[in-house]
Amino acid sequence: MSEQAKTSDSSVPRGILGSNALKSYLGAYGFMAPAGILVIVFFLIPVAIVLYLSVTNLASSNFTSDLAKMEFVGLKNYQTLLNDQFARKIFFNTIFYVLVTLSIFNVSLALIVSLLTTHIDRNAGFVFRALWILPRITSPVVYILIWKRMTAEAPFGIINQFNEAFGQPTYNYLATNPWVFVVVVNGFIGVSFGMIIFTSAIESIPKDLLNASLVDGSSKLQRIRYVIMPLIRWPLLFVVTYQTLSLLTSFVEIQLLTDGGPGLYRTEVWSLTAYHRALSNYFGNAQWGYGSAFAVLLVMIGVVLAVIYMRVFRFDELIAEPRVEAL
Amino acid sequence: MKVTIDNLSKKFGDVVGVENLTLHIEDGEFVAFLGPSGCGKTTTLLTLAGIYKPTDGVIRFGERIVNTVQPKDRNIGMVFQSYALYPHMTVFQNIAYPLKLKKVSKADQHDRVRQVANVMGIGELLDRRPGQLSGGQQQRVALGRALVKEPDVLLFDEPLSNLDARLRLTMRGEIKHLQKDLGITSIYVTHDQVEAMTMADRIAVMSGGHLQAFDSPDELYDRPKTQFVAGFVGNPPMNFVDVSVQASNGRFFAETESLRLEVQKARGAPPASHDGPVVMGIRPEDIQIASNGLVSGEIFVVEPLGREDLIDVRVGRHSFLLLADTENRHQAGERVSLAFDMEQVQFFDPETEKSLLWQ
Repeated sequence: MSEQAKTSDSSVPRGILGSNALKSYLGAYGFMAPAGILVIVFFLIPVAIVLYLSVTNLASSNFTSDLAKMEFVGLKNYQTLLNDQFARKIFFNTIFYVLVTLSIFNVSLALIVSLLTTHIDRNAGFVFRALWILPRITSPVVYILIWKRMTAEAPFGIINQFNEAFGQPTYNYLATNPWVFVVVVNGFIGVSFGMIIFTSAIESIPKDLLNASLVDGSSKLQRIRYVIMPLIRWPLLFVVTYQTLSLLTSFVEIQLLTDGGPGLYRTEVWSLTAYHRALSNYFGNAQWGYGSAFAVLLVMIGVVLAVIYMRVFRFDELIAEPRVEAL
Repeated sequence: MKVTIDNLSKKFGDVVGVENLTLHIEDGEFVAFLGPSGCGKTTTLLTLAGIYKPTDGVIRFGERIVNTVQPKDRNIGMVFQSYALYPHMTVFQNIAYPLKLKKVSKADQHDRVRQVANVMGIGELLDRRPGQLSGGQQQRVALGRALVKEPDVLLFDEPLSNLDARLRLTMRGEIKHLQKDLGITSIYVTHDQVEAMTMADRIAVMSGGHLQAFDSPDELYDRPKTQFVAGFVGNPPMNFVDVSVQASNGRFFAETESLRLEVQKARGAPPASHDGPVVMGIRPEDIQIASNGLVSGEIFVVEPLGREDLIDVRVGRHSFLLLADTENRHQAGERVSLAFDMEQVQFFDPETEKSLLWQ
């Protein structure tokens, strides 16, 4: 269309056309600027800094006010990392933590909660969803304190008080079953995100479609399987992708609950290691350069996963044509 | 399949969807639920479909009471205004969906979908998705999906409202033809009185959750039992004037300060015996612009409809809609005299809005 306008209107001098094109580009960049600046300031620049730090030996032990004195060490930090006897354990801890939390809580339970709460009375559904949001809106420190009180040893812990009341043996849960609680504590927070996305997706399915399925002879379960699930495919894939990445980088709750313990790195995950190495070393020796190497690897894993997800799930296609609305 | 509705009520909290509705629909009959938005017609339809449970009353399909029967066990087909095709399924999968749920074998599914698709004229489109179809094609798919399981009752929820005017006309004819052909009891919800008049054997006129009338189109048109029915059925709508009907020497006159029209005895006697003023109703086609007309007025506006002109004539403080031949080229502001065909005139009680002629 614009092509036609250009050729048919030959009286317009080229110079003006050129400046118009420039203007239209300026407009486009102008609109992209706010998001672009955010990405640059809060992602690209930090990544560049961390990338740089990861090839230096900057640490609290050799830190002086003269930053120019920090030493370039090439890939030494990465070499150390690969030879670290615990890196492997931490890596598989991370995969275990992300996979289990994601599949049980952030996706499955979120889906179950949103399906259940959209199939009951609207107000009741709202109340249940509000309850599920509580873990997310509670400050992590308070939230973890609650869990610590619940799981504490007898006679203090609430769960152990029940155990005692019913004549059961008591446990020091965070020492005996740390992974269960790391996953549950994070999972309870994780449910609300998917729940909100899935609920709004389910509620935006046209009522007629849902009624049509019942009239066509489906039970409510068959309707979920044949109509609702396919129609919320895009939000489902979005939640899987987004929550994978956010679980990979989350460590605050684990830090507060077990701080990677008990023992040596039993529940330590990659992002927590980066934090420990760089900012909270056991011996008061913050290895900024070495910790940055952990962070850089995490960013790389995240970017690679994001690209794989986008390719496999064909996000571009899903965004181009929102299936639910395209009736 | 006979459909019997007795004293049906459906309330949503304090909001009344439909109240105390009684309708007996014969086997193979085509019934239209006609009424303005919010009159309860769609609520009634969804209650028949089993989407809503009745608050009160009894619904029978044949002899079976279906009040609490799940939609899937009612063997109904339904066509929606929005078509309600599953966007993630192809046309074939859409039509086959009811069969798949009934666990019909793959081969049978294939045969029956093909057969229905051919009847509906969409045999070429089976591999497409709904998003790739025009509105008319989508509506045919929706109809095919409703028909494929050979339902006992067909429910239509304003199926033609989203189509353009020409297509609506075509589909109207096709649905009527198909319904007569298959003999499936059909209930058709619409707010378009032309659709109801042209397609239905009987029309249930509803307003405010109540049944106003349930009769054949002709009966509703010629002998409306309430002012609502008289005003709702017919296009352009009936003219209403507040008059008093007087009897003098065995002759009857409908009078206002600017009108005095003689009414024949059969129509004039009942309103004359009514205390106080009454509402007179007269259809646009029963008023003519004629040189020998008894009432004179001024043309307020002329709306050309192509075949004829819709003219708004002001007589005193009254306003009458009437239809006139386009050849006469009437203009706004022109003074004309009107002749009223008083044999078709209706009278209503202004308080109860009930007809004074037909009970």
